[in-house]
Amino acid sequence: MTTGTIELKASDFKSGINPDWCPGCGDFGVLNSLQRACAELGLQPHQILTVSGIGCSSNLPGYINSYGMHTLHGRSLAFASGAKLSNHDLTVIATGGDGDGYGIGGNHLTHTARRNVDITYIVMNNQVYGLTTGQISPTSRLDMKTKSTPFGNVESPINPITSAIMSGATYVARAFSGDIRHTTAIIKGAIEHKGFSLVDIFSPCVTFNLDNSNDFFKERVTKLEDQNHDIGDWKAACEKAIEWGSTINIGLFYQDPDSKSLGAREPVLNDGPLSSRTLGITEDQTKKLLGRMM
Amino acid sequence: MAAGKFDFALAIGGEAGQGIATPGNIMARLFIRRGLHLNAYNAYQSIVRGGHIFLTIRVSEEPVYTHGDKLDLIVCLNQDTMDRHLGLLGDDTRILFNSDTITPGEGAKGVGICPIPVSELTQSRNRLIQNTVGVGATCSLMGLDFSILEESLTARFARQGQSVVDENVGVAKAGYEYAAKNFEAFPVALPGNPHHLAQWAGNEAIGMGAAAAGVKFYAAYPMSPSTGVLHWFAQNARDLGIMVRQVEDEIAAANMVIGAAQTGTRAMTATSGGGFALMTEAVGAAAMMEIPVVMVNVQRAGPSTGVPTKTEQGDLWQVLGASQGDFPRLIVAPTSALDMFNTIPEIFNLVDHYQCPGLVLSDLLISEGTFSVDPDAINMNPTIDRGELITEDSTQNGYNRYQNTESGIAPRAVPGTKGYIHVVSTDEHDEDGSLISDEFTNPYKRRASVERRARKFSDILERVAAPELQGPKDAEVTLIGWGSSEGAIREAVELLEDRGVTANRLQVKWMVPLHSDAISAVVNSAKCAIIVENNHSGQFYRYLRSETGLTIDKHIRKYDGEPFMPHHIADGAQEILAGKADTFVPYQEVNV
Repeated sequence: MTTGTIELKASDFKSGINPDWCPGCGDFGVLNSLQRACAELGLQPHQILTVSGIGCSSNLPGYINSYGMHTLHGRSLAFASGAKLSNHDLTVIATGGDGDGYGIGGNHLTHTARRNVDITYIVMNNQVYGLTTGQISPTSRLDMKTKSTPFGNVESPINPITSAIMSGATYVARAFSGDIRHTTAIIKGAIEHKGFSLVDIFSPCVTFNLDNSNDFFKERVTKLEDQNHDIGDWKAACEKAIEWGSTINIGLFYQDPDSKSLGAREPVLNDGPLSSRTLGITEDQTKKLLGRMM
Repeated sequence: MAAGKFDFALAIGGEAGQGIATPGNIMARLFIRRGLHLNAYNAYQSIVRGGHIFLTIRVSEEPVYTHGDKLDLIVCLNQDTMDRHLGLLGDDTRILFNSDTITPGEGAKGVGICPIPVSELTQSRNRLIQNTVGVGATCSLMGLDFSILEESLTARFARQGQSVVDENVGVAKAGYEYAAKNFEAFPVALPGNPHHLAQWAGNEAIGMGAAAAGVKFYAAYPMSPSTGVLHWFAQNARDLGIMVRQVEDEIAAANMVIGAAQTGTRAMTATSGGGFALMTEAVGAAAMMEIPVVMVNVQRAGPSTGVPTKTEQGDLWQVLGASQGDFPRLIVAPTSALDMFNTIPEIFNLVDHYQCPGLVLSDLLISEGTFSVDPDAINMNPTIDRGELITEDSTQNGYNRYQNTESGIAPRAVPGTKGYIHVVSTDEHDEDGSLISDEFTNPYKRRASVERRARKFSDILERVAAPELQGPKDAEVTLIGWGSSEGAIREAVELLEDRGVTANRLQVKWMVPLHSDAISAVVNSAKCAIIVENNHSGQFYRYLRSETGLTIDKHIRKYDGEPFMPHHIADGAQEILAGKADTFVPYQEVNV
């Protein structure tokens, strides 16, 4: 992944377009951490493809200096998987929000995880729908009042960490956008991981979710790195992930050290990226195909 | 069987699980290896065991374009087949059956009732053995030398070991000899031609066309009758270096394909109407981001789950209107398996040129039918034109992915290329790809974007062939069809000619772009134009009317799930000419 070319700084990964997020939005911290992670890993912008869905946070590809695809609501992982399998030399990073990834895109998350496509999925989780001006999301807490739940939410939230582990994800972590240094380290680990990685990042919405604010998390987040947590123990990971009270754990919950990505399991990719193959088929291949038809 | 050219139809009927495919394959292979043309249609249901399956294989010295209008020989594997089909057999036909389990009914005059005491001949308790006995007897009735069948059975069962070969050859021989001794063979023996033909199903033709076009990524979700494309790709993926993924749903399939295409790989997906409904949002995404992809919709009878194993031309309006917004797309409805094969590379070149989605309409009739094809007609090295694709690094900056060019087409760079960093987005965007949808919307830029995307297609009509009138210009009747009905219409014209009615025909393949002028010219000079469609509401007619303003009030429509047989169309044309009907709906004689 490291190349011999000039070392780039985090600021080299700024696109030149200023984010249109609300002042104080948690997504700034995520963008910042991702840019730092790319710089620290020595990545080159043209070798990175960021792919997002739709939502406030899905505007991220426009703000980072890399190739980008700003796609459909909930479908970023499908686009990202196709891109990665087509050109596995690219570093493919999918980004989006909790509604995009855990709601409308939930099916793709399950299957991209079990498929273990070598992509990093960063979910900016603010527990609310922001771009549509404030409705519950799949991670909104019980009783939460929003425009779509004026009398309080009567549905329980999902836990992205346990869901991803159960789906077979091989790198599952949680971060808090208010802690850029820690978030950067988690993202770096995710990009370096060979296989599918989910990084769920608390990224508070300052406009539509005043319950789960920056201060709310600051008071509660506790790093797993300080707790002698065994990242190879998925059961312990799940126990740590469901803790939700005065302590909310962040950090790397689970990593499969033997992870083998889909690309590594698929012999078709042994000859290099599909995107740089010569098109058309050979005489031998033709002969074999026609032979079977006769 | 008519006098003149050899033209014979064999049917095998039974229930799902009785192994109809095996004798069908053995006979089909035997035919093509004798250089004979074939066209096979399998009527079946969405059931793994039971139901009624009826496979018709028509074989001839000349190319055959449908499974025909009549049967010469039926091999009955169960009583149900006997009960359903015996009444349809006419003079000089035969019906073969296992007399241990099947009681014949009363056949018409000239029907040869051919009972075979299978258990007496074989002493086998294997249920499937009657199929091989039937194949042996069939070969005898068709005047084939047994050695030809023996060779074919040996090849077919070689992988399962000598004992399986011996058993099958043994019982086939018993069936062959019994038939030779007890039944009257057909008067004309099966001819032969030294030039071997090949055979394929339409779905295989789609896969091969894609491989020839350079497709390296195929993603799909199983759905009848498109699943054969997935099977073809899965079988050949490793030999051809193609990534094949069966994914969680058609939404994933379509969007993965766009992701792969964005990095410069030719990528395709196929589905049926229900799956295509799930892909529709992706169609617009490909159009907006301007990423070339091809999606195949193998139509089946709808709406909704509909009749999964039956055919229909019912999705034209679905593909015309797929996805929100107002944007151009390409839509083509190839007219045969070979045309399907040739059209896939053609549409890939077009979508690469225009940087847009291309939609291909097939249907069960083409996709699951089996057809002979001359191997010399299969060009696995078609022209490949990637359009304006940038893959070389650059040190210059200032690349605009969506440059407002005169042609409307902006050179496309793929991720991984130095010097061309950009974001493609489904939001409306400026020339450099930055969004103009969120923070500040911009009506002038929006208008320029819409116009540029539309302008790309200004020369599209020159790039696809116009439909051509076939047959005498001054014919009494002009049959107009689209897509898969070409074979049936073609043979209906011949049938009408036999009946003393002159007919010509126009088969429309390209839906978008539509050659309105060429079609209008034909319609306006026709004595009696009739539109033939495999649907209820006249989808193509309504589309043609909306594009041309033409009104045509003569129609032949079929929407019972079964494809047109030539006589359905010929009968309809005659009824309409006689003033007995404006819209003729043929009666499907066989309930399968």
